Amino acid sequence: MRTEVQDRVWARAAGPLVAIVALVILLALLQVTGLAFWQGLVINLGIFLILVLSLNLSNGFTGVFSLGHIGFMALGAYGSAILTLPLREKQEYLPNLPAWLAGIHFDFRFGPFPLGFLVATVIAALLVSLVALLVGLVLMRLSGHFVAVATLGFLVIVRVLLFNADNLTRGSRTFSNVTPYTNLWWVWAWAILTVYTVWRIKHSPFGRAMFAQREDRWAAQSIGIEVMAPRLLAFVVSAFFTAVAGSLYAHFITSFSPTVFYFDLTFKVITMLVVGGMGSVSGSVVGTALIVGLAEVLRRIEDPTQLYGISGIVLAVLFILIIIYKRDGLLGQREIALDPLFTKGGGTGGEGQMTNAE
Amino acid sequence: MNLVFYILQQLVNALSIGSLYALMAVGLAMVFSILRLINFAHGDLIMVAAYFAAFALLAKLPLVVVIVVMLAGTILVGLLMERMAYRPIRGAPDVAALLTSFAVGQILQNGTLLVTRLMQKPNPLAFPVISALSGVFTFGSITIPRVNVLSLTLGIILLVLLSLFVTRTDLGLSMRAAAEDLPAARLMGIDTNRVIATAFAIGSGLAAVAGLLFAVQAGQLTPYMGFTPVLKAFIAAVIGGFGSISGAILGGYALGGLEVFLTAIPGIGDILPPGLVSPSVQAWLRQWLPSSLSSYRDAFVFVVLILVLLFRPNGILGSREREEMG
Repeated sequence: MRTEVQDRVWARAAGPLVAIVALVILLALLQVTGLAFWQGLVINLGIFLILVLSLNLSNGFTGVFSLGHIGFMALGAYGSAILTLPLREKQEYLPNLPAWLAGIHFDFRFGPFPLGFLVATVIAALLVSLVALLVGLVLMRLSGHFVAVATLGFLVIVRVLLFNADNLTRGSRTFSNVTPYTNLWWVWAWAILTVYTVWRIKHSPFGRAMFAQREDRWAAQSIGIEVMAPRLLAFVVSAFFTAVAGSLYAHFITSFSPTVFYFDLTFKVITMLVVGGMGSVSGSVVGTALIVGLAEVLRRIEDPTQLYGISGIVLAVLFILIIIYKRDGLLGQREIALDPLFTKGGGTGGEGQMTNAE
Repeated sequence: MNLVFYILQQLVNALSIGSLYALMAVGLAMVFSILRLINFAHGDLIMVAAYFAAFALLAKLPLVVVIVVMLAGTILVGLLMERMAYRPIRGAPDVAALLTSFAVGQILQNGTLLVTRLMQKPNPLAFPVISALSGVFTFGSITIPRVNVLSLTLGIILLVLLSLFVTRTDLGLSMRAAAEDLPAARLMGIDTNRVIATAFAIGSGLAAVAGLLFAVQAGQLTPYMGFTPVLKAFIAAVIGGFGSISGAILGGYALGGLEVFLTAIPGIGDILPPGLVSPSVQAWLRQWLPSSLSSYRDAFVFVVLILVLLFRPNGILGSREREEMG
């Protein structure tokens, strides 16, 4: 004997649950078939999804456009990689680490489960969030293109620091021998957590405050809506997940240098965000999938012909066309709702096929 | 005596790099003042100019022809980007326009990469030596690369010409009117499309000159070489008060001075006359200053940018109109 309310709760949960089950089945199939290429692509997709969702939370929801997030990713990647590096590798590759850091090695396991990787990722991401809090306290006061350029400055500063902090990062030399912990399950567990968190924030009072001050700062302030608090919250939480993506990336490709984390990657993530629609969680999923897929197809044209540059041109032209003809991206702020599919009689009225955020 | 020469030499360095920054910054400032667009693809115009010059030189064209080809090519690219990317999005939000300029930059970079690939040229590409621009001038114990002297003089001449153009010609006047208030200028019968195209053309021409001088100094080209210079030019423009041409020039020289100061200070330890400071201080200067300052130069410069944005958003010579920073 279920009540109507219970029915509705079930209907709401059914969509995401079915989606997660489908995802798990898909991942298990990929795991079993052992198709290395597809596994790599799906891991890549997951990492980019986390990056795009985080950027959406900060740039899309609040309208304070940061170009510095890849700096957080770099810090997350280096931070977690230094933490998980086993003792022997540490002595060999990072002989000049400060003593207190040299002794730390989060390479322990809990049974077969690499618990150390989880701990290192969380610690690195928390430290990056702290950095984001300090940076945000200063920069969130700006807006428009000034905040964009100031955060771009942050990206340059992080890069200079990484290049110069030889003892910690090996400077311009490749940071290598990172244990390849990252797999399908790690990436998608974090991706689902990111989707859930960003979704919840969007539909919370904080999320509504973010959108309100984005649409009209003065109107929002005049009815008592805070500006700084939601901006900072978005910035810090998004830095956390961006750093997680950095950690996943580091333990996926296992060797990297500061040059990876620079403007090209920034622009790629922004393209995914803008194509999907700033402010839409499902838009981020769509945008990421589209661009990762397109980039892969273009890479397959570039590699055999050696005509490097084609993919960059195609993506940039696509970007400009979207800005000219469909500035809000494919979905704008709307969401693709899953629950009407599972409700008797096709929807409970309140949520339509496409729910609008406002 | 040594110290005096050292300071003189660094002063010339500062003025020559400052001229390059000023040449780039005025292009950014002109476009910004009219359209409120931060055109980050401006840096890629510098790169494109350098490649035009390199290809013309490799084709063994005489220097005058090389310069004409470079100027014409770069101005054409500048006009095309305005027509194809920026005109359709006129009136779009600031950030959308900014992002568009990044996309334009990506197209120019990847396009250059593709062209060098198709022409089977290496990447990075060594910039051919121009005998007229290489070599050094020697005055007593100071040696100054010829290209630095050229940057300095050419920079000053072009910037004076630009000031004359803006203050003394009808088109220059229209440009200032458009910068003051674009819709009002249109209502007064000013052909704003023509004014905007002129701003892009002049900016591209100046960027081309800067690109050539830059390429001679750097000695090699990559498609990504425009990124750091445009950031620097942007900082110069912000320091001077964004949107003001004289401010951009001043900011360019101020930034050049700051950078040369940061790189020159480390050498001080070797050059100070004996007895001026105690030997232990001199040893300390020698030991610590070289590595600790110059490699962090770019980071330091950006900290200055962020400070200016926060505390003097209108720059040193910024327009009196309050910029809404909220």
